[in-house]
Amino acid sequence: MSHHIVEAKNMQHVYPDGTIAIKDVSFHITHGESVAIIGANGAGKSTLLQHLNGCLEATSGQIRIGDTPLTKGTLPDIRRTVGMVFQYPDDQLFMPTVFEDVAFGPLNQGLSDSDVDRRVTEALAQVGAAHLRTKAPYHLSGGEKKRVAIATVLAMSPDILVMDEPTSGLDPFARRQLMSLLREFRHTKIFTSHDLDMVLDLCERTIIMHEGMIMADGPTDEIFKNETLLAACRLEKPFSMQGCPVCSRGHAQTS
Amino acid sequence: MASIHAAVIDLKRLDQLAGSDTPIHTLDSRAKVLVTFAFIVSVVSFGRYELIRMVPFFVYPAVMVVLAGLPPLYVARKIALISPFVVMVGLFNPVFDRTVMYQIGQMEISGGWISLLSLLIRSILTVGAAFILVGTTGFTAICQALERLGIPQVFAVQLLFLHRYIFVLADETGRASKARELRSCGRKGLGIASFSSMTGHLLLRTWQQAERIHTAMLARGFVGRFHTHRKSRFGADELLFLLGWSLLFISLRTVNISEVLGALFP
Ligand SMILES: Nc1ncnc2c1ncn2[C@@H]1O[C@H](COP(=O)(O)OP(=O)(O)OP(=O)(O)O)[C@@H](O)[C@H]1O
Ligand SMILES: [Mg+2]
Repeated sequence: MSHHIVEAKNMQHVYPDGTIAIKDVSFHITHGESVAIIGANGAGKSTLLQHLNGCLEATSGQIRIGDTPLTKGTLPDIRRTVGMVFQYPDDQLFMPTVFEDVAFGPLNQGLSDSDVDRRVTEALAQVGAAHLRTKAPYHLSGGEKKRVAIATVLAMSPDILVMDEPTSGLDPFARRQLMSLLREFRHTKIFTSHDLDMVLDLCERTIIMHEGMIMADGPTDEIFKNETLLAACRLEKPFSMQGCPVCSRGHAQTS
Repeated sequence: MASIHAAVIDLKRLDQLAGSDTPIHTLDSRAKVLVTFAFIVSVVSFGRYELIRMVPFFVYPAVMVVLAGLPPLYVARKIALISPFVVMVGLFNPVFDRTVMYQIGQMEISGGWISLLSLLIRSILTVGAAFILVGTTGFTAICQALERLGIPQVFAVQLLFLHRYIFVLADETGRASKARELRSCGRKGLGIASFSSMTGHLLLRTWQQAERIHTAMLARGFVGRFHTHRKSRFGADELLFLLGWSLLFISLRTVNISEVLGALFP
């Protein structure tokens, strides 16, 4: 199943105002991998992700999805393959009701009405948003918007799932729900997150970005053991690897 | 500014009303677009001093509001929102046009006042018809109908984006003015300097936001084709709807009802 491969070669991105957001990035992600891209604020994570379905165009370098290089001509096909959840749900929701918004993608895929209906119902149920079906997206709370935004992408059943900070703004229950959903998703998934415990839980591989470059790329547990590397990139160990703060505080007091 | 924001949120509600399931809502959107077009043309083509003969046209909005279950007060308020602009357009008619047209007792009514009133009625009717169209059809479906009626796809898509853009602009305006108010510490003046820089900023932000939404549409497979969830087939119901209303409009436009009635019952 070579079509679930994501590859970037010497990619660079310069914003129109001259900010070099991505300096020189290359990676190869194979089918079924679950990869986290982590890094400090402004490291270039969102910029990188937006290249993967052509929302941004690389200043130089190449991106390949499966056997297809990303070009203007292949864009429609690539967008059908790569489902993308943006960091800010307001960028993603634009129809008058939640139902219509989630149905937008499947309708563009040319599915029949009953199929669309089924997809929408399923996707909303998966993110626990079935009750929001008839509401207007601009009347939702932040976390609800996020969940609906995720549903809009799930409804298209993409082969590759790309998510920019999927758990930001979610309540603990919704976060758990999303994590088990992602665990079940068998295809390639790539996401950025500041939720390092989720990264540790879900991703066998982690890429650390720092100031537009890849500083490390390897097995998640190894990366999180390297404290000097983490500190250099303005990162910390996940809480679950830091030892229990409550117990250690208690310990400090008694000793 | 915050109230503009509220007004627009309120306008979005119109789009939501389009989601109901009354017999009017389920009609093919093309029929509704054509009837609205016929209505507007009939009303607009009356002479500038016409008053009485436009009155029977109120039957259309009234019947549609009832059949489509639109909240009448809401529609009325939306129309009222537009009227001040129309009055501004015709404001100087009474000043320039002083030929006396009617005499009620001592009071002389000039042509200017009549034409202003006529303009107002005309705008209430046309704006009302347009609101009813959006509230029973939804904007996407209207664009789709226009395209299927032969308008080039580019224009139809542009229209759709314009509609989205207005909402984005209003959202951004609401957010920016709220942020500005909160940090102006209750001072009233707020300063023209901050206002003008805010406006410039706002246009840029709106532009970017609109672009991001466009990207999101593309990312979900939008290629300029419209899809709506309703079945759309131009069947007997649609034909009946179209012919019925159009015939009524044409006869109301061409035949002077009050004269006919006057002739029948002298
Ligand atoms: N439209 C833009 N124009 C100019 N510069 C931009 C633009 N968008 C982002 N940048 C800059 O590019 C750099 C990378 O931004 P990016 O959004 O990719 O960061 P990020 O890693 O996603 O951060 P965060 O964790 O805060 O989401 C930042 O320095 C930012 O200031
Ligand atoms: Mg980001």
